[in-house]
Amino acid sequence: REKQLVEYFRAQMRKDPDMASAVAAIRTLLEFLKRDKGETILGLRESLKWATDCLTGEDSSVAVSSGGELFLRFISLTSLEHQDLSRCKKVMEERGELFLEKISMSRTKVAKLCHTFIKDGAKILTHSYSRVVLRVLEKAAAEKKRFSVYVTESQPDSAGRQMAEALRKLNVPVTVVLDAAVGYVLEKVDLVIVGAEGVVESGGIINKIGTYQMAVCSKAHNKPFYVVAESFKFVRLYPLNQQDVPDKFKYKADTLKTVQNLSEEHPMIDYTPPSLITLLFTDLGVLTPSAVSDELIKLYL
Amino acid sequence: MADAGEPEGPERKDDIVKAKQEGKELTKEEKQRLRKEKKQQKKSKEKKDDKPSRDSEKEKKPASAASPAPQTPTQPPAQKAPSAAPAPVPVPASETPSAADKPAKSKAELKAERRARQEAERASKGKKGDVGPQAAPGKPKAPPSELQPVVKRLPEHVQVDNPEVLKKLAKKLERQQTPEYNAATKIPLRSDYGYKVSLFSHLHQYSRKAPLTQQLGIPSTVIHPAIVRLGLQYSQGIVAGSNARSVALLHAFKQVIRDYTTPPNEELSRDLVNRLKPYISFLNQCRPLSASMGNAIKYIKKEISNIPSQCKEEEAKRKLLNCIDCYINEKIVLAAKAIAKYSIEKISDGDVILVYGCSSLVNHILCEAFEKNRKFRVIVVDSRPRLEGREALRRLVQKGINCTYVLISAVSYILPEVSKVFLGAHALLANGYVMSRVGTSQIALVAKAFNVPVLVCCETYKFCERVQTDSFVSNELDDPDDLIVTRTGTTQLEHWQEVPSLGLLNLVYDVTPPDFVDLVITDLGMIPCTSVPVVLRVKNVDQ
Repeated sequence: REKQLVEYFRAQMRKDPDMASAVAAIRTLLEFLKRDKGETILGLRESLKWATDCLTGEDSSVAVSSGGELFLRFISLTSLEHQDLSRCKKVMEERGELFLEKISMSRTKVAKLCHTFIKDGAKILTHSYSRVVLRVLEKAAAEKKRFSVYVTESQPDSAGRQMAEALRKLNVPVTVVLDAAVGYVLEKVDLVIVGAEGVVESGGIINKIGTYQMAVCSKAHNKPFYVVAESFKFVRLYPLNQQDVPDKFKYKADTLKTVQNLSEEHPMIDYTPPSLITLLFTDLGVLTPSAVSDELIKLYL
Repeated sequence: MADAGEPEGPERKDDIVKAKQEGKELTKEEKQRLRKEKKQQKKSKEKKDDKPSRDSEKEKKPASAASPAPQTPTQPPAQKAPSAAPAPVPVPASETPSAADKPAKSKAELKAERRARQEAERASKGKKGDVGPQAAPGKPKAPPSELQPVVKRLPEHVQVDNPEVLKKLAKKLERQQTPEYNAATKIPLRSDYGYKVSLFSHLHQYSRKAPLTQQLGIPSTVIHPAIVRLGLQYSQGIVAGSNARSVALLHAFKQVIRDYTTPPNEELSRDLVNRLKPYISFLNQCRPLSASMGNAIKYIKKEISNIPSQCKEEEAKRKLLNCIDCYINEKIVLAAKAIAKYSIEKISDGDVILVYGCSSLVNHILCEAFEKNRKFRVIVVDSRPRLEGREALRRLVQKGINCTYVLISAVSYILPEVSKVFLGAHALLANGYVMSRVGTSQIALVAKAFNVPVLVCCETYKFCERVQTDSFVSNELDDPDDLIVTRTGTTQLEHWQEVPSLGLLNLVYDVTPPDFVDLVITDLGMIPCTSVPVVLRVKNVDQ
C-alpha cells in the first residue's frame, strides 16, 4: 500500500511541476481517502495519519506535514454524526475537494495582495527558487511594473539559477549573485521577498538555508523583509533557535534514511525569527508576525 | 464621559459625582432609583430635626475637601450601598477587585443616573440627605470635569496619597457590614508605616509587625475565623506565592460556604455575595489581592449569582463546593500537568537551565522533566530580602537535580553557560507584559543581551485584562524593615526612620516587556507573548 501511495504522489508531482509539493500530497491523501476500505472513523483517521507520515518520509519538507495535518483537521471539522460510515466518508471527501480547491487558489490570492508592494523601478532581492515569489513577480510584471531582480545562487542545489531562468522568460532583468554577496548587494535593493517552506507559531519562518542570513542583513540595512506563503504552510512548531528545529525537517528525506551520523550532514533549511520579518503575505491576508499566532489558533482550535 | 456641554447648576455637579462613584450598575438602575427615592422620603420625614446639625456637618466637609488644592477628578467607584439600605445591597461589580477595573461610563447610564438624582432631590425638596457628604467633595472637582469629556477612573489602591480616597475607603469599610451590627465591629483600616519613597507614595506600605487582626474586636462577628486566619497568613508571609495564595483563598471560601446559612427572607445567591464583600476587603487590607485571586473571586461570584432561586440551600452549597473543587483541579492542578508536558518538549539533554526565585510551576516542571530522564542541570538565582531561591534549591536538590546557586548580582557572569531561562509569572497583562517577582525583568534583559531564550510558564487563570507598561503604576510595597541587615551583630539601618532624607524601598513585583520573552507556555499550548489578548478573547467567548 505504501508503494502505491508514494507512486501516486510522485506521479502528481511530475504531472504539474508548478504545483506545491504540499498540494500534491493533499491530492494523494484525498485519493487515499477515496480508496480506503476502513470500517470506522477512528481507523480512517489513523490510516490518514499513517499516509501523511509516509509522504513525509518521501518528501521531508515542512509544508507536506503541515498540509497533511491541516487537511485532516479540515475534513474532520464537520460533525460526523451520520450513522452511516459511507455517508460520513462522502462528507469528508466533499470537504477534502473543497479544501483542495481553496488552496489551489491561494497562490493567486497571495500574488494579488503582494504585487502592490512592488513599486515602479524597484530592485528586489530574493532567495533560491520559490514558485510563490515567481507568481508574485509574474503578477507585478503583468501590471506593467518595471523592476529588476537579484537572485542568490542558493547552494548546494543551485536552485537560484532555475529561478533566474524562469524570470528571464518573463523579460524581467535578473542578476544571479553568490550567497556570500548578500551583504554587498543589499545597499542597492529596495526590498527583499522570500517564500517559506513553513510558517511557525511564533511568526517566524522555515526556509532554504541562507534565508536567516539575508534577514539579519536586511535588518541591519533597514530594508523591508517580506515573506509570501500560503496558509497551509502554517505549522504548530515553536523553535527557540536554529538547534530547536526538528531533525526530520532539516535534511532531505533520502539523507535521513541513509545517513547514520547526522551531525556530518549540512542542513537544508534554517529558521528566521519573527523579529526580523516585516510582513507576511498569505491567502488569509497581510499579517504581521505576531498575528500569525492568532491565525494559527483560529486554524487549529 | 458624557459630561461636557450640558449646562445645569449644582444638581448636575452632584450627578457627576454620583455617576463617578458608581460602578457598572446597568441592569438594576431602575430598582435603585426607586429605592433611593423611598429612602430619601423616609429620611426626610424621620430626621427633620437632624437637619441643622447635618447641614453644618456638610459645610465642614466641603471646606476640608476643597483644601487639598486642585485635585484631578479621580474618584474611585465607591459603593452606593447606603442609598439602597434595607434591601440587600446590589450585587454588581462596583466592588469587584477595583484593582483590576477601570469603569468607563456610557452616556445613557449617566443620563439615567442624573435623571434619578434630579427626581430624588426634587422629592426631598432641597434636602440633600446622605448625598451630602458625597456631593461636597464633588463641588470643587465638578468644574474641571466639565472641561474634560473623558476621564478614566484610577483604581483605589494606587491613590494612597490622595486623602479623599482614603476617607472614602474608610467609609466603605465602615459600611461593609450586615445591617444588624453596629460600627464597633467594622473592618479596621490598616495604616501605612514609615516614610515612602516619593515615586511610590501612591501605594500602600504596611508593617508586618502591625497585623490587621490586632485591631479586630473579639469575637469578630463580621469576619469568618477562617478568613481571619487567612488574612494573618497573608500579611505575615506564611502563605506566599501566587498559586498558594489562590488555593488557600478558595479553601477558606469553601469553609465559609459550609458554615453559611441563609437568613430568612434572603436569597442565597445575593446574600452570600454580599457576605463575601467584607471578607474580600479585609483580605485586601491584609495584603493586596493578586491577579490570580481576583480572577478566582470573579469566578466564585459568578457561580454564586448563577444559583437558581428555587435551589435548596444544601444542594446549592454542595454545588458551590463542587465548583470550587473543579476550579482548583482544572485551572491549577491539571494546568500544571499540561504545562509540564509542553515544557518537557523544550528541555533537551545537556541543557543548562536558569531559574529565578521560587515558582511552584517551574519547580514542578523541572521535577517532572527529571523524572522523565532528561539530563540537565539547573542554576538557581536568588535575591534579597526574600531569598526565595533557597526554597527552590531545597526542592530541586531533594529530587536529585544538579544545581548551582548564585545571587542576582552574578547573573551576567553565569549567563554564558546557560542555554535556557525558565521564569514563572504572577500575572500576564493584556498587552503582553509579564508581571512577576522583582528581578525577573532584569534577568530577562540580561538573557536577551546574551541571546539566551527566555520561556515564561503561566496558567491561563492568571491572565488579566489590565494593561501596564511600567512597574510604577501598580505594584506592592513590602515591609521596609525587611531590608535591614544584621551582620555580625551590627545593624546600620536600624534607625532609618530617624533620618529624614532616607527611605527604604522594598518592591515586590516588576513588569517585563514582551520583547524580552521568547515563549509563553500555558495550558492551552505554546504561544508568543503578543498572543495573550487572543487567549483572553477566546476565553471570554467560551464563557
